[in-house]
Amino acid sequence: MKTSNNRAFVINVADNVATALSDLRPGECVLVGDAVHESAQVRGDIRSGHKFALVDLKVGDAIIKYGVAIGYASVAIECGIWVHLHNVQSQFDERSGTLDGETGAPTEGNVYV
Amino acid sequence: MSNSQNLTTASTIRSWQGYLRSDGRKGVRNLVLVIYTVECASFVAQAIAKDEPDVHVIGFPGCYDNAYAIRLMLSLARHPNVGAVLSVGLGCEYTQPHKIAEVVRESGRPAEGFFIQDIGGTTTSTEHGKQIVNRLRQEIESVPRVSMQLSDLTIGCECGGSDATSGLVGNPVVGRAFDRLVEQGGTAVFEEVVELIGLKEILANRAKDADVRKTIEATYDKAMSYCQQVQQWSTSPGNFAGGLTTIEEKSLGAFAKSGSRPIEGVIKVSEQPDHAGLWLLDSVPDPHFMQHGYTNANDSEGILDLIATGAQIVLFVTGRGSVIGCPVAPLIKITGNTQTYEKLREDMDFNAGRVLQDELTLDDAADELLQLISQVASGKPSKPEALGHREFFIPYKHQDTPPLTIGCRS
Repeated sequence: MKTSNNRAFVINVADNVATALSDLRPGECVLVGDAVHESAQVRGDIRSGHKFALVDLKVGDAIIKYGVAIGYASVAIECGIWVHLHNVQSQFDERSGTLDGETGAPTEGNVYV
Repeated sequence: MSNSQNLTTASTIRSWQGYLRSDGRKGVRNLVLVIYTVECASFVAQAIAKDEPDVHVIGFPGCYDNAYAIRLMLSLARHPNVGAVLSVGLGCEYTQPHKIAEVVRESGRPAEGFFIQDIGGTTTSTEHGKQIVNRLRQEIESVPRVSMQLSDLTIGCECGGSDATSGLVGNPVVGRAFDRLVEQGGTAVFEEVVELIGLKEILANRAKDADVRKTIEATYDKAMSYCQQVQQWSTSPGNFAGGLTTIEEKSLGAFAKSGSRPIEGVIKVSEQPDHAGLWLLDSVPDPHFMQHGYTNANDSEGILDLIATGAQIVLFVTGRGSVIGCPVAPLIKITGNTQTYEKLREDMDFNAGRVLQDELTLDDAADELLQLISQVASGKPSKPEALGHREFFIPYKHQDTPPLTIGCRS
């Protein structure tokens, strides 16, 4: 069995992102699930449950998870980099791209004033 | 074999004793349901049920009536787990407690109703209600018992407080359990069409035939139109913090709970599937939805909608954690997140996160979950049930009355 503190899950062989199974530190990460490669290099800290790119992605490239497009790269994303609200756009929900990347909380408007 | 023997050999439960209703349906609990018909009667209704074993409460807050809400309360009042009903009103509202009791009696269940204004004040009405509830409970003690197995069950599933583990293991474990339930002749219901956004083709391809495919496509298009018009998508800050980035990603995780069997059809809230298999519940308002404002259904509303399909037990998958329960049917809490399981152990029934730690396979987890379902069906309280959680939410909403040919709406 593969053992490492850095583990990430790939759901479908076509996926270009992996999901962190624990808080990841920069460096080598073991890939489990339906991955093409046995490991990947993580660049930067990735929180558990969050995704990182398995390939270099250009603006407009589909983010593939479960073998299906879950959104599009809103900026270029290099291999190993955290993939989330700050660099992904939903095909439907325009607001999600404006939310705080750490907490998901709204950043726009002055509703609480 | 008695229930206690079954419980001591948990791995071998295949059948248990349930409650046979006069309409032929089988329940796993034998409850008295107290129904209030306006918010003004809610305090008295809750006071009547307080400290009474096997007495649950639901109700509708509005003073003006709503056909959707009345249909929902009537389907819960005639649920297989419910043996008798007491309906309590204030006396001014449109929704009529006596009418509810009358319809419930037609189903063969004892039922009564009263207006608080006819009886007296808070304590007088509460005492009056408690006397009725005790009489009803005695009456249903003699309900015939009947042998039940998985094929007699309808199980609903809803997810809430999702994180990345929900799509990786929480919902997939339920999906495999649903496959097995359907293989054994049981019925499984999933919902949350607003959490299937982005999956039109994938969803439609699961239809059992061309007619069902058309219905699924229309249901999807309506949900999409609803989300666009109210400008709400079913993702929340907690989902994003947990690593989910888009509604499409959340949808794929949520859809995993449906397993792999063909979808037999689409039912609306308060309808029951008319044959076994996997069904999709459409709880999205029909056109003219803005007539009652808009709602992005919360977890308690979704769970109640699933119970109204006749589900004797509902599964709830969470990643971040959740501390809700529901009346009428036991709720079984599943998480794919081991940290959440440890932190909320008092609320969580099942840790699917063990699959991510390579401690067991998805298939083994699904078998274990089915055993847990059988144990709860045989009388073991689920954790939310034992904690006394009985949350519910019945809003004003509009859904077209389904034609009688669909489902078995009575």
